[in-house]
Amino acid sequence: MALIEIRGLSKSFGEVKAVAGVDLDINAGEFITLLGPSGSGKTTVLRMIAGFEDPDAGTIKLNGEDITHLPPYDRDVNTVFQDYALFPHMDVITNIEYGLRVKKVNKEERRKKALEALEQVRLSGYEKRKPSQLSGGQRQRVALARALVNRPSVLLLDEPLGALDLKLRQQMQIELKELQREVGITFIFVTHDQEEALTMSDRIAVFDKGKIQQLDRPAAIYEKPVNEFVAGFVGVSNLITGNAAQTLLGKSGTFTVRPEKIQIDKAQGAAGTVKEVEYLGPSTRFIVDLDAGARLVVLRQNTDESAVDVMSMRGKKVNLSWAKESEYRVN
Amino acid sequence: MKLSRTARAALLGTMIFGFTFIYLPLALVVINSFNTNKSFAWPPTGFTTIWWSKAAANDGIRDAVMRSVITALIATSIALILGSLAAAAISRYEFFGRDAISLLFVLPIALPGIVTGIALNNVFTNFFGKLTFFTIVIGHATFCIVVVFNNVAARYRRLGMNLQEASMDLGASRFTTFRLVTFPLIRSALVAGGLLAFGLSFDEIIVTTFTAGAGQTTLPIWIFQNLFRPNQAPIVNVVAAALILISILPIYLSQRLTADK
Repeated sequence: MALIEIRGLSKSFGEVKAVAGVDLDINAGEFITLLGPSGSGKTTVLRMIAGFEDPDAGTIKLNGEDITHLPPYDRDVNTVFQDYALFPHMDVITNIEYGLRVKKVNKEERRKKALEALEQVRLSGYEKRKPSQLSGGQRQRVALARALVNRPSVLLLDEPLGALDLKLRQQMQIELKELQREVGITFIFVTHDQEEALTMSDRIAVFDKGKIQQLDRPAAIYEKPVNEFVAGFVGVSNLITGNAAQTLLGKSGTFTVRPEKIQIDKAQGAAGTVKEVEYLGPSTRFIVDLDAGARLVVLRQNTDESAVDVMSMRGKKVNLSWAKESEYRVN
Repeated sequence: MKLSRTARAALLGTMIFGFTFIYLPLALVVINSFNTNKSFAWPPTGFTTIWWSKAAANDGIRDAVMRSVITALIATSIALILGSLAAAAISRYEFFGRDAISLLFVLPIALPGIVTGIALNNVFTNFFGKLTFFTIVIGHATFCIVVVFNNVAARYRRLGMNLQEASMDLGASRFTTFRLVTFPLIRSALVAGGLLAFGLSFDEIIVTTFTAGAGQTTLPIWIFQNLFRPNQAPIVNVVAAALILISILPIYLSQRLTADK
């Protein structure tokens, strides 16, 4: 039995249907990511699991118990908020103790657990600081500790890394994943960043228009997108459709090929012109307009030949080729 | 930004000029309360504390001070309760006519006191039969509510809903959330609003004139009645001097409390 069972979940705000019938099973100990653009309904689903929004229809079960309409304080889940929502009038340790304090855990025990949680997020020694005296990354860790100290069945994370700069974000991605393995708590992670989703998750649910478009392991989501939206949102879409599909592939429909699966320097293949060259360091990105009428992005590792010359390829005629099994039908 | 020497000198001069106009008259009031000359002739003819002891012994003053203090306390209490409840409702819930109600709450402070005074006077004399002490209190509460409402509503807007959600998420009921999170965070806005309301009520004279029952003399009214009686002028001066000294404390407190930490 899944830890969380969501069935037919729907929610509208006025005229806008934010969530339009979501079914989702989440297993214990899983790191699942709800991925989608803003307005896709992912945050609303999270807020309904937390109890901040009341669904119009559908049910949410946690450990077999129906929690659909329970208030937030009666649910065995905790949330890490996007802006951290630390209590500004309490110091770090009081913030972390808050959940235990309202559950009437005695003073000694809750102090001990809070200190442990603080150590777990590597902030020992910061107990007496006020949230305003911490950096963004430190606040993030305090917010994590404040939620984890309660040992919830499920931890909900609402774009928790969104406010951090790139370096810190990448570091926190690794730490979060390690922490999740360590504590063994189910993480439901909301993000609009596909790379973050691919890096961290056991499974990804891709959201669009209030519905789950695809639910699968990261590699499957990336390699085998089920529709145009998923292909485009996770990675570069590289769609070949209509006449181009007929001419190039001899099939009708819409197909996608990932940029790194395409060879650019072969003598044979689909003819086209290099429109743009972007040097990225470890790799180079080419944007190629095919004569058959499709624009493809090609990614090539800068492995052997001197990559210094790649810029001169702009405007050149090239042939693109790829293995048959790399083209994937999305429509 | 660096200012040139001339600009700095000019600004300093303007500042001194401005402060002189504000504080010199106040200083004069304090000095004159110790002046032996009854008509405040300058320079003072001698030092005396006789006006202060006379003022302290004056029943009319004591009576008026007590009435003003009690009026301000009750009006402020009403304002704190109704004003903060209204602020909570308007900042935290969406409902039909919310913006209109918000405007209606703030409007009374924009109305000239004399209009409020006449309007209340009409209602009180026509429907309540007569003016009493409590009609003063109600009159004062009309504008005290506004300042509390404004202060608390601004604080609620700044706080947002996130902290309350975080608290409930961590297992706290609505009441516990209010006690541990919401109230501590709006407390300074309540104190600042309350002090301001108290101050407004304490020296209010226009609305009071129209709503005070017979013999219900508040301090400002007492001062107004006695200012032009030659024998009372030095005592009025003492009252003014005492009020200046007493006012400094609440202003200082409210400044400290509303300052961002």
